[in-house]
Amino acid sequence: MLAPEEWQAVRLSLEVATRSVAVSLLPAIGVAWLLARRRFPGRALVDALVHLPLVVPPVVVGWGLLMLFGIRGPIGGPLHDWFGVRLVFTTEGAALATAVMSFPLIVRSVRLGIENVDQGLEAAARTLGAGPVDRFVTVTLPLMSPGILAGAVTAFAAGLGEFGAVITFASNIPGETQTLPLAIYSATQTPGGEATAARLALVSFTLAVSGLLLAEVIARRMHLWLGRG
Amino acid sequence: MPDVMLRHSFGTDGFALDVAFRAPAEGVTALFGPSGCGKSTILAAIAGLLRPREGRIALDGTVLLDTARGIAVAPERRRCAVVFQDARLFPHLSVETNLRYGLRRAPRDAEGPGVDEVVALLGIGHLLARRPGRLSGGERQRVALGRALLARPRLLLMDEPLAALDAARRAEVLPFLARLRDAACLPILYVTHALDEVDALADELVLIDAGRVVAAGPVEALTARTDLPLAGRRDAGVLLTCTVAEAAAGLTRLAFPGGMLTTTLHTGPAGTRVRLRLRARDIAVAIAEPRGLSTQNILPATLAGIMPSGDADEVFLSLALGPTTILARVTRVSVARLGLTPGMPLWALIKAVTFDHRAVPAHIADCDARLGR
Repeated sequence: MLAPEEWQAVRLSLEVATRSVAVSLLPAIGVAWLLARRRFPGRALVDALVHLPLVVPPVVVGWGLLMLFGIRGPIGGPLHDWFGVRLVFTTEGAALATAVMSFPLIVRSVRLGIENVDQGLEAAARTLGAGPVDRFVTVTLPLMSPGILAGAVTAFAAGLGEFGAVITFASNIPGETQTLPLAIYSATQTPGGEATAARLALVSFTLAVSGLLLAEVIARRMHLWLGRG
Repeated sequence: MPDVMLRHSFGTDGFALDVAFRAPAEGVTALFGPSGCGKSTILAAIAGLLRPREGRIALDGTVLLDTARGIAVAPERRRCAVVFQDARLFPHLSVETNLRYGLRRAPRDAEGPGVDEVVALLGIGHLLARRPGRLSGGERQRVALGRALLARPRLLLMDEPLAALDAARRAEVLPFLARLRDAACLPILYVTHALDEVDALADELVLIDAGRVVAAGPVEALTARTDLPLAGRRDAGVLLTCTVAEAAAGLTRLAFPGGMLTTTLHTGPAGTRVRLRLRARDIAVAIAEPRGLSTQNILPATLAGIMPSGDADEVFLSLALGPTTILARVTRVSVARLGLTPGMPLWALIKAVTFDHRAVPAHIADCDARLGR
C-alpha cells in the first residue's frame, strides 16, 4: 500500500516521537513538580520559559537550537569536540527539536495531575510512617499517573507532526530526519507527488485518531484502577 | 502518657493558641470546644503536620517536639496515627492494602493487635477486597480506624472522626469506636464538638475555648461543675456511671453509688457498666415524697447548693444522693415558692424514659491487668 520510502517516513516519525517523549518525560515531571508544589524565587520565570515553545514560532525554536547545539554552539561545540556527538541534521536532533516543542504539553498535563492529588492523602501516609520517597512512590505517583499518561500521549501525538523546529534544526533528509509532515511537504513540492501526499496524510490522520482513542481507553481504565470510577 | 504544651499564632493579629495538658496513658481524652477554638490545630501539631511557634510534646518520656531545644521529630517517625474527619483512605488501594499500609511501616518490635483481630473488631471482613470508593461513609471511617490502629501507634489522634457523617452513620460507627477504645490500650486524643461523643467515649475532658484550656479533668467531675461553659448548654447535666443490676419486664435497673435508677434502656445483661447523662432540665424536685406520679425514680436527696445557671430565671440545684452529686435545673420562682435552702432534704424526680437510648458500654480501664503490667 505504501512505497518503501513512505514506510520509512512513517517509521522515522514514530521513532522520533517515541524518543522525544522518552527524553522529556522525566525532566517534565520534575519541572511540573517544582511548579505545582514549590515556592521559590524565579518561579514565574521558569513557568514562562517552559511555555515559550507554545507561543514562539517553531522555526524560531529550531533556529535557537541551531545556535545552541550547532557544531560551533556553546553546547553543541563541546558535545562534538569531546564526545563526538553531532545533533544537527540527525535523527537524534529531530527528536531533540520535537522534545523541546512538546515539553510544555507534558509539563502542563503532569502539573494538572499533581494538582489533582489530595495533599491530605500524603499527610495521612506520613502519619502512617511513610518517608518522602515512600510517600511519593506509593501515593503521589499512582494518583498523578493519569496526568503523566495524558501528557505522554499528547506529546507523542504532537511529536508525530512536528514540522517547523525539525526542518530548521535537523533539516529534511530522507531516512535521517524526514518525518511524516516533512515527507508530505516534500511530496507536495514534487511534480506527481499528489498521490504520495494523500497516502501519507491519511496515515498521519489515522495515527492521530488511534492515538486519541487509545489515550481515552487507557484513561478510563486508569480512573477505574484509581477507584474514581 | 502524652504531655503537651503549645503556643502558636496565626497571622500577625490573628487567633492565638496557648494550651498545656496531660492525658492518661490509656483511654480517651476528649478535646472539646466550639468550632474554631484551636482543637484541630493542637492535633495537627501533635501529629507533626503543623509546626507551632513554641511548644513541647512528650510521650512516655520520648520528646517529639521541643522548640527550645530545637527538637522536632518528623511526623513519619512520631508513631502518632491520625483518624481524619474525611477518612483519607488511599483510593487506588484495596481496603486490605489500606489496612496494612501503616502495619508494613511499623517497627518490627511494635506491639498491637493483628489484622484479623482488628478486622473482626470493626466488622469489616466483607469489605477487604473493595476499593474505598465503593464504601459508605460509615464503612470508610471504620476502615480508617483500623488502618490507624494497625500502624501500631503509641498515640491515636482522632480529628472529629464522626463529624462528616449523618446521624444514622454516626450511630453505626460510635459503638465501634467504643470497642476500639477498650481493645487498644493506648492513649487516644479525640477532638470533637459533639457532646454525645464525649458522653459515650471520653474518660478525660480538656475543655478548650478561644485557644485556651478552660478546664481539664475526669469527664464526670467536669460535668458536675456549674462554672464551666458546659453548664450553659440546654443539655447540661451530670454524667453518671452505673452498673446494670437487673434487666427484666422492659425495665432496666441501674445501680450507682448512692441509689438505683429505673430506665427503659436496653443495655445488656446484669453487670454491664453504662454511662448516662442525667440532664439537669429533666430532673424535678419535691419537698415531700410525692404520690400518684408516673415518674419511676423518686430518690431521696439532700440539697447541697443553689448555683446560678447563666440564665437569669433559672438556677442549678446540686443534689447529694449519698456520695453522688447530680444537678437539677429549676426556676428561681420555684426556689422561692418552695423555700429551698441548702441542707434541706428533698426528693429528686427522674422519669424512666428520659435517658438517651444510644448509651454505649462504659470504658473499663483494665489494660494493666490484660497486658500483665
